[in-house]
Amino acid sequence: MSVTNKLLATLVIVALLAGVNYIFEYGFGDFLINPYYARIVNLIGINITLAVSLNLINGLAGQFSIGHAGFMAVGGYAATYLTVYYGNRIASFVGSTLDAGFGASVVMVLSLLTGAVTAAAAGLAVGIPSLRLKGDYLAIVTLGFGEIIRVLILNIPAVGGATGFTDAIPITNFFWIFAMAILTIAIVRNIAVSTFGHALTAIRGDEIAAEAMGINTTRYKVLAFVISAALAGIAGGLSGQLFANPLNPQNLNFVKSIEVIVMIVLGGIGSITGAIIGATTLTILPEALRTFDQQFPGLRMVIYALLLVLFMIFRPQGLLGRREFSLSWLRPRNRQTAGAGGV
Amino acid sequence: METVLQQLINGLSLGAIYALIALGYTMVYGVLRLINFAHGDVYMLGAFAGYFLANALQLDTNPSIFGAVVVTTGAMAICAGIGILIERLAYRPVRHHSRLTSLITAIGVSLFLEYGGQVVFGATPRFFPQMVRSEIYSVGGVQITNQNLLIIVVALLMMFGLRFIVQRTRIGKAMRATSYNLSVARLMGINTDFIIAFTFALGSALAAAAGVLVALAIPRIDPLMGLMTGLKAFVAAVLGGIGSIPGAMLGGLLIGLMETGLSATAYSTYRDAVAFAVLILILLVRPAGILGASGPEKV
Repeated sequence: MSVTNKLLATLVIVALLAGVNYIFEYGFGDFLINPYYARIVNLIGINITLAVSLNLINGLAGQFSIGHAGFMAVGGYAATYLTVYYGNRIASFVGSTLDAGFGASVVMVLSLLTGAVTAAAAGLAVGIPSLRLKGDYLAIVTLGFGEIIRVLILNIPAVGGATGFTDAIPITNFFWIFAMAILTIAIVRNIAVSTFGHALTAIRGDEIAAEAMGINTTRYKVLAFVISAALAGIAGGLSGQLFANPLNPQNLNFVKSIEVIVMIVLGGIGSITGAIIGATTLTILPEALRTFDQQFPGLRMVIYALLLVLFMIFRPQGLLGRREFSLSWLRPRNRQTAGAGGV
Repeated sequence: METVLQQLINGLSLGAIYALIALGYTMVYGVLRLINFAHGDVYMLGAFAGYFLANALQLDTNPSIFGAVVVTTGAMAICAGIGILIERLAYRPVRHHSRLTSLITAIGVSLFLEYGGQVVFGATPRFFPQMVRSEIYSVGGVQITNQNLLIIVVALLMMFGLRFIVQRTRIGKAMRATSYNLSVARLMGINTDFIIAFTFALGSALAAAAGVLVALAIPRIDPLMGLMTGLKAFVAAVLGGIGSIPGAMLGGLLIGLMETGLSATAYSTYRDAVAFAVLILILLVRPAGILGASGPEKV
């Protein structure tokens, strides 16, 4: 695509998102969207950002991290902190208020930036020492860091401690959630097809061989880790400032990290479209099983766990494997070669 | 001085519990290179099995040592069966897939047991009947409850028993061979499937014993009790050097001591983080854990 085409595509996407965002907030004529469905759609968007960003480190680079919720927490708390304590001042500085669209947007961008930078710094601090370790040990250390971050947040009263950051101002909306989801997908996809991405794929294949080929494995791994953490921080910032969805250390434990891992494994680890499908499915599935819950209380999560095990036994490579979904699969002529190109 | 000794006793009994659970993690990791996330939930099932057995024997009205022994052995037998079942139904079918697949399967089994436990047993905590009458001995100003003493003694006995099985019996030798190299062990005529099942049975029985023992001191049991305890026991296994049985014991005791030590200070709210912080520090200095052996990497 030429530069003008790219610019045009970006403009079209922004206009589309703004349009849908308007419908989400004000409806379309008499039509008002069910707030419950709107909420699920928003959560899907946040989970897509989380899953695709984790896919960079767990899928592309093949480094198994169980600490994604920790970076989400760091970024989320930093972003929310900025809005809560400085949001009004920033909004009035640009001649607006937090309730007005312009002021809220400026604060949103700044708070997400803060979240991304803080989470990236945390990613760097965690990544440099721990990426020397391999396989299971890396998994354990990232898990440990995630838990440490959680306990530290529990002990900071300014951000709500154990009750969660309930002072958060709900400035997240459909537009920002999906703009960030698309940005994340674009970043990870561009990394995947670049030299950087090929280096990561080589590291995933065989780290020693990659090093022998002259790839600076530590540098690339840390870089991937930092980018992944920054994107998780953005997801945290969006999540914490969504209406009635405050960040809570109790929900940001390793179970949350595992939830994101399950999303990318379900879709097919290493596949970006797979991560999107996984995030969407696993956000909708527990909600869809909710009606079932009224008849048999508690059974929904049992079924969810059982499905996970059965899925691993019968389709361990996930829905898509390492392939990417493409529209050409739908054309009957291309069936035989479907997805052979993959990343 | 007295408080230090007091905390030492409390730390030892908590550490003994962690060590018993850590042994199961380390043994399974030894033979399968699998982090068995469901192990903490087997510990929870052990506590519940003990609860139902103790109630069936009406131990709450007439506590007896004999009854406590029956309850512990019963819970161990039940969990050994559950361990074998988990391995057969969930882990064996994915054994030949990538290790990530096994890991996710283990997570799935763990979630299944936790949520299943909440459906079957209810989410509200239950109170374990007092199987042994509480007595407090005072030795030089230090208070020792007979429950704490019982935990430490029984846990030590079990660890020695395990050490005997692993080091001195034929099946133990086969376990060590399987853990050293699974495919070569199979070539040597060892029935590795049986050995793996046996390892799961052994580890689960120890976890069940830990579940019943912990209920002696802290009689509150609920379906999620295995989540954090299991995680810390696992950290203990890694700290000591995963795959190493003495390492698991050492790691368990260390974490137990550090946690109770910290609980007594002003930083008790950081209790849950200390295990992980120490783990990270140790791994950065000794990547294979305190007693773990790190062999050269095969290319």
